[in-house]
Amino acid sequence: MLKPVLIEQFKAIAGASNVMDSEADRHCYAYDAAVLQPVVPALVVRPETTEVLGRVVKFCGDNGLPLTVRGSGTNLSGGTIPDPRDGIVVLTNALNRIIEINEDDMYAVVEPGVVTARFAAEVESRGLFYPPDPASLSVSTLGGNVAENAGGLRGLKYGVTKNYVMGVNFFDTTGEKIISGGRTVKCVTGLNLSALMVGSEGTLGVFSEIILKLVPPPAANQAMMVLFDDTAKASQAVADIIANRIVPCTLEFLDNFTIRTVEDYAKAGLPVDAQALLLIEVDGHPAQVADEAAQVETICKKSGATGVQLARSIEERDKVWAARRAALSALARLRPTTVLEDATVPRSQFPAMIRAVETIAAKYDLLIGSFGHAGDGNLHPTILTDRRDEKEYARVEAAVDEIFEVALGLGGTLSGEHGIGLAKSKWMEKETSRGTILYSRRLKKALDPKNILNPGKILGRE
Amino acid sequence: MADLRELQQLLLDIDDQLATCMRCGMCQAVCPIYAETGREPLVARGKIALLEHLGHDMLRDVDGVKDRLETCLLCGACAANCPSGVKVLDIFIKARAAINTFKGLSPIQKLIFRGMLVHPDRFNALASLGSKFQDLFVKPASEMLGSSCSRIPLEALGGRHFPALAKRPLHADVPRLDTPAGTSGIRVAFFPGCLVDKLFPRVGHAVIKVLKHHGVGIFLPDHQACCGIPALSSGDLRSFNDLLDKNLGCFGRGEFDYLVTPCATCTATIKKFWPVFADSADAGRQAAVAAIAAKTLDINVFLTDILKVRPEGLSSHGRRKVTIHDPCHLKRSFGIAAQPRMVARLNPEVALVEMKDADVCCGCGGSFTLLHYDIAAKLGQHKRDHIVATGADTVATGCPACMLQITDMLSRSGDRVAVRHPVELYAEALE
Repeated sequence: MLKPVLIEQFKAIAGASNVMDSEADRHCYAYDAAVLQPVVPALVVRPETTEVLGRVVKFCGDNGLPLTVRGSGTNLSGGTIPDPRDGIVVLTNALNRIIEINEDDMYAVVEPGVVTARFAAEVESRGLFYPPDPASLSVSTLGGNVAENAGGLRGLKYGVTKNYVMGVNFFDTTGEKIISGGRTVKCVTGLNLSALMVGSEGTLGVFSEIILKLVPPPAANQAMMVLFDDTAKASQAVADIIANRIVPCTLEFLDNFTIRTVEDYAKAGLPVDAQALLLIEVDGHPAQVADEAAQVETICKKSGATGVQLARSIEERDKVWAARRAALSALARLRPTTVLEDATVPRSQFPAMIRAVETIAAKYDLLIGSFGHAGDGNLHPTILTDRRDEKEYARVEAAVDEIFEVALGLGGTLSGEHGIGLAKSKWMEKETSRGTILYSRRLKKALDPKNILNPGKILGRE
Repeated sequence: MADLRELQQLLLDIDDQLATCMRCGMCQAVCPIYAETGREPLVARGKIALLEHLGHDMLRDVDGVKDRLETCLLCGACAANCPSGVKVLDIFIKARAAINTFKGLSPIQKLIFRGMLVHPDRFNALASLGSKFQDLFVKPASEMLGSSCSRIPLEALGGRHFPALAKRPLHADVPRLDTPAGTSGIRVAFFPGCLVDKLFPRVGHAVIKVLKHHGVGIFLPDHQACCGIPALSSGDLRSFNDLLDKNLGCFGRGEFDYLVTPCATCTATIKKFWPVFADSADAGRQAAVAAIAAKTLDINVFLTDILKVRPEGLSSHGRRKVTIHDPCHLKRSFGIAAQPRMVARLNPEVALVEMKDADVCCGCGGSFTLLHYDIAAKLGQHKRDHIVATGADTVATGCPACMLQITDMLSRSGDRVAVRHPVELYAEALE
């Protein structure tokens, strides 16, 4: 229980209406999209200005109160689950101003609570492009995207959130404002602190402003759907496309189980006997798009594709992507609990990873649909289960362990884009080394001596 | 019931439905109340978490949960946008019923539902009395909108501008109808709904006129009862089932091909909620409810999809600029959006102009507007701004509850924009 005097002081700093201390309100900030036990915070505070945000951080620092910053709580690794010891949740969703969009210099300055889709739409209306497109973009915040280094469908060609961060201003635990990066393409002033902030999951500082790079939008695009009767042939096609020096903006894979489930749910006319689907889009200058689309078609046919359907209109393009967008929804309806993993392997190991997941599903008698970003080796094995069934859920946990073992064995990583948070910290040492964990902990201790910034995330508890 | 364990047991009965929420948070993108407040306890994910935590004894503040659960428009935007298909509205109504079983209804709810609503004749008599004496208490606010406001400041009314109770409700002019199918070969049962009967009888007259024009036989039984949504959304399943029985008595014996209603909320209640919340002990009754639900159609859909009436020419022709508001109970509940637009355009003078966020809730939410007028008014203000920005002289919508809310908002701002049901626009053209 938080002392009443502390609650009063939070109210004095942020305004009484921006402090939630009732039991019912606090219970609504105990979870995020990860399948983990909820932890109820002691208090929730919603600063309306970055100045107040700084004072909240300082107050937590002065009083040794553990704080967890939360945007929309959509992350899949428990990164926004608060600390069990009087944890304070600091909401950023009132810090939602787009401070500047500079069309000449192609950058934008935003507060951390701006919703990704709203930002992308505003940028688009100015004739520019912000490519990172995590699946949750209609609700996720840019602060959360930076803290988790969120990815998306366009990662292969356009990179992920880290490739667009030019600067991050943030508060340290004493409430001091730290300035890093800037508005220029080139900037080597001081340590690259903004890079340190990207993917730090709220453990090293609390963001107040973010400077993001913008790019010109592609003038044309061509989407297509390619069918295969064998997963290995689909993987070969992916490898051949890249080997031919073509980088599609999106190169998505759906396995047979996912295809059948999507078709059952959406009745989109997908071929349910196809063993694998590739959904491919190339973009750029119209001439380049036409040329690359033709090459991709030829390559896929050579690799043994049983059908290639080019989108001839905006409606047909939407139909291609509707199938991909429906994947998670369709799978999620099968069972109450959806465990969405994102083990990622080098592109060339994608077929091996898909096979391994199929073997694991059979071994543990689980329903697993696999879809994901074939172009960048980022697979989403999606386990459909019921977390209330303890026996089955134990098998799920064993299967997840094994998926990580296999991914690491193939030279891959625990997480392509969802983050480590609480969910995966126990495997960190396996992917890296004891020394890496100790080094990171020393860094954390130096910057956050009282361990109040989102404790327990990434590095686990000491 | 005052034993928390019994409430927990009732919530555990819906645990399978609660468990389907995977906490992805996509409901935050579409919830009008979340957009206004930024508070997770007021969005579907938060409310579902509260119900799960209450059911599993992690939380015991029943009043706190009740308060947040009731801060909901039941607009269904979350359910329509939910990746895992959580039946949010079913869950919320079941949970409200469970909590009301535990807490008991408030005296005012008891008075309204059990003292008035379930007795249609008493409800009619009270409304009639009200219409005679209302001039003592309210004064006209906008001649164009036909709205009124209170002569004396009454806290319960806020600063509302509301359409006055009709001098003559629909049932006074047309107590009953029973005409055979005409040239169309179709006969429909007509369910006007309380708001059309008592506040907007002109919509009911328009429906009758249009149906007659198309040679459709009409079965309009007297003593119709409320569809039950006010009782249901307050968790009063007993009153809901009483009302259902009265309506089964009216319509169960009639021969008709479809049941049509000009009220989006009545349509959604009959089609979606009657089958789910009817006491299921009696199989015969259950079958009768299912049969009526299957036959029920929104009047716009009946005209365009069954009678195949189609507008001619371009939607931008005509000199009367009309913008359409999509009621949640048509768009979110059924994906119905094209049909009301077509019906409005059956009036050749109508030129359609789209407003921003046409399918975002107007903020009425039935009794929500009574309990949370501050939020309702903010949402209504956005709707009003979008309507006015189109420059339209008329806003049309297929739900009398939306008409009520939009009339309030336009009247308070002194806007000269008429509020109509699409079927009224069509009926005007038949003169």
